[in-house]
Amino acid sequence: MVSVAIHKFSSCDGCQLAFLNAGQDLITLSNMVEIVNFAEAGIVDTRAKADIAFVEGSISTPEDLERISDIRHNSNYLITIGACATAGGLQALRNLANGKEWIADIYATADTISALPTSTPISDHVKVDLELWGCPVSTRQVFTAIRSLLFDVLPRDEHDKLCLECKRQGVSCVMVTQGIPCMGPVTRTGCGALCPRHGRDCYACYGPAENPNTDALGKRFAGLGLVSGQIAARFHFINSASPDFRQAGLNWKDKGNDG
Amino acid sequence: MSQDTDQTRLDYLDRPQFQSLLDVLQDAGFRCVGPQVSDHAIVFEEISYVGQLPTGMVDRQGPGRYTLKDTGTGRFFYWVSGPQALKPHLFLPREVLWQVDRDDDGKLHFSSACGQPQGVAFIGVRSCDLAALDLLDRHFLQGDYVDSAYQSRRQQIFIIAVNCARSAETCFCHSTGDGPQVRGGGYDLLLSELDEGFIITSGSSKGDEILVRLPLRASTNQQHEQVRQELVSAEQQQRSLPSTDLNEKLMSQLEHPRWDDLQERCLSCGNCTAVCPTCFCHSEIDHPGLNGMTSEHIREWDSCFTSGHSYIHGHVLRDDTRKRYRQWLTHKLATWHDQYQRSGCVGCGRCITWCPVGIDLTEEVAVICGGDAHG
Repeated sequence: MVSVAIHKFSSCDGCQLAFLNAGQDLITLSNMVEIVNFAEAGIVDTRAKADIAFVEGSISTPEDLERISDIRHNSNYLITIGACATAGGLQALRNLANGKEWIADIYATADTISALPTSTPISDHVKVDLELWGCPVSTRQVFTAIRSLLFDVLPRDEHDKLCLECKRQGVSCVMVTQGIPCMGPVTRTGCGALCPRHGRDCYACYGPAENPNTDALGKRFAGLGLVSGQIAARFHFINSASPDFRQAGLNWKDKGNDG
Repeated sequence: MSQDTDQTRLDYLDRPQFQSLLDVLQDAGFRCVGPQVSDHAIVFEEISYVGQLPTGMVDRQGPGRYTLKDTGTGRFFYWVSGPQALKPHLFLPREVLWQVDRDDDGKLHFSSACGQPQGVAFIGVRSCDLAALDLLDRHFLQGDYVDSAYQSRRQQIFIIAVNCARSAETCFCHSTGDGPQVRGGGYDLLLSELDEGFIITSGSSKGDEILVRLPLRASTNQQHEQVRQELVSAEQQQRSLPSTDLNEKLMSQLEHPRWDDLQERCLSCGNCTAVCPTCFCHSEIDHPGLNGMTSEHIREWDSCFTSGHSYIHGHVLRDDTRKRYRQWLTHKLATWHDQYQRSGCVGCGRCITWCPVGIDLTEEVAVICGGDAHG
């Protein structure tokens, strides 16, 4: 029987809910595969060998570095789930600042906290076979990946822009109709256009799409009245350690400093 | 008054009687789909009573901009266009084409997922939409391979077209020869809207059957004259294409520097292709059930702005936005002539309005075909 492990690093645990919230499908899955590690569901064997390992969370402590190396060694196919594991997560904002200072500002005994100065994606440290983006990922994404692998088929990389999904769903563009700055034109699909369907802008939790034109979108945001710092914040919000968004945000930050 | 009316010509429906049209259509078994205000735009959704129509609303459109304004008039069709019209109802954005089930012996059983759709009456279809429908028909229904999913829906529709009393700032149908007046056929009923009612004519035998059941009276020559005047004013459009056939001209400009300039501005997001009423590109994916006993084969809208569109084994042919935009424009305006004997553009202007960064197709064509490298 195929073995599946679900590991956690620095994260909010929300992506693991993609499994726990699956309802009947979780029972079906547990009859099809052996779940060898899933702390959130009570199964703990962090050094278990697994055919498929899902990894949630970013690398942000010295212990994380050791543990991810072990997991890679013990896993045949490694899938990162969510913004933290795939792009460093919200906590990667500290990469753009002085992380040590931040900790000292917040905690009374900062010297007792063992943290790396950066929060980094799993792929910075070990080979990753598949990245599932999202904050959080959905049940559909993780179960589709498992199903494909059980068929010996490589899972499909959903990397088109969110705009196409908005149009498929018949959602009227919030940027065109209301002038709301929307990250959809540079953001990867996968959420089913969840936010625009409720009349709000996309805030890019699924990370950069394939071939994103961050310059042109940033200029459009400026035309809609956002100042440089606000534009930088849009790109840096959730996936600041993804190269495309990191650079776009830094460029707009520089413009703000020049001005 | 007597010399102004022709009593044999019963073609006038008073505005307060418009509900009778919806009632007669529904009585004849049609589900009515018409314009409504939803999410700050005019969209085509199911409708059963006049109160759902966008009374008095006009659309203000520009590159990357669409807003609605209530003018306070009683008109139902004073708006010009929304993000979509017929396309998503006939060529569905996502649909299951077939399903496969595995039985206990491991044998596979395939079945078609295409059902028998109910008749749909579309109310408020514009001249450009009819031209686009004709192009979709050429693609899906002609040639050796007929698309049965499209065909089953296409055969069931009833079209109530409406002449445009005004044009939006983004319209250029007059230059493509596709509007703003409905000419030729392609409709079952045709409306021309005036403040106090509608001149209504039939374009098919199905249309005749509905028309005779409506409480019509004779129109006046003055009313016909007013319709004519509004159509003439709607023809005064701000935008245009230089020719209805740009095949040679565009294909001789494949290395024009403007394509590089477009690469800088274009988001490659595919919005233009999704709102284009004639774009038909799609991809197909399989969606297996978790237990591996069933699987659905799904078709969904794709776009020439995705990498998947030009992916061949191990390689993406159009790997940058320059090539993708050039593919979109040259196919739409040039090589479409080789495939379907006319341009793929009907001048609706949706690609201009719904482009998040406001790229204007007519402006790009003017530069690329006009030889001005710097715009």
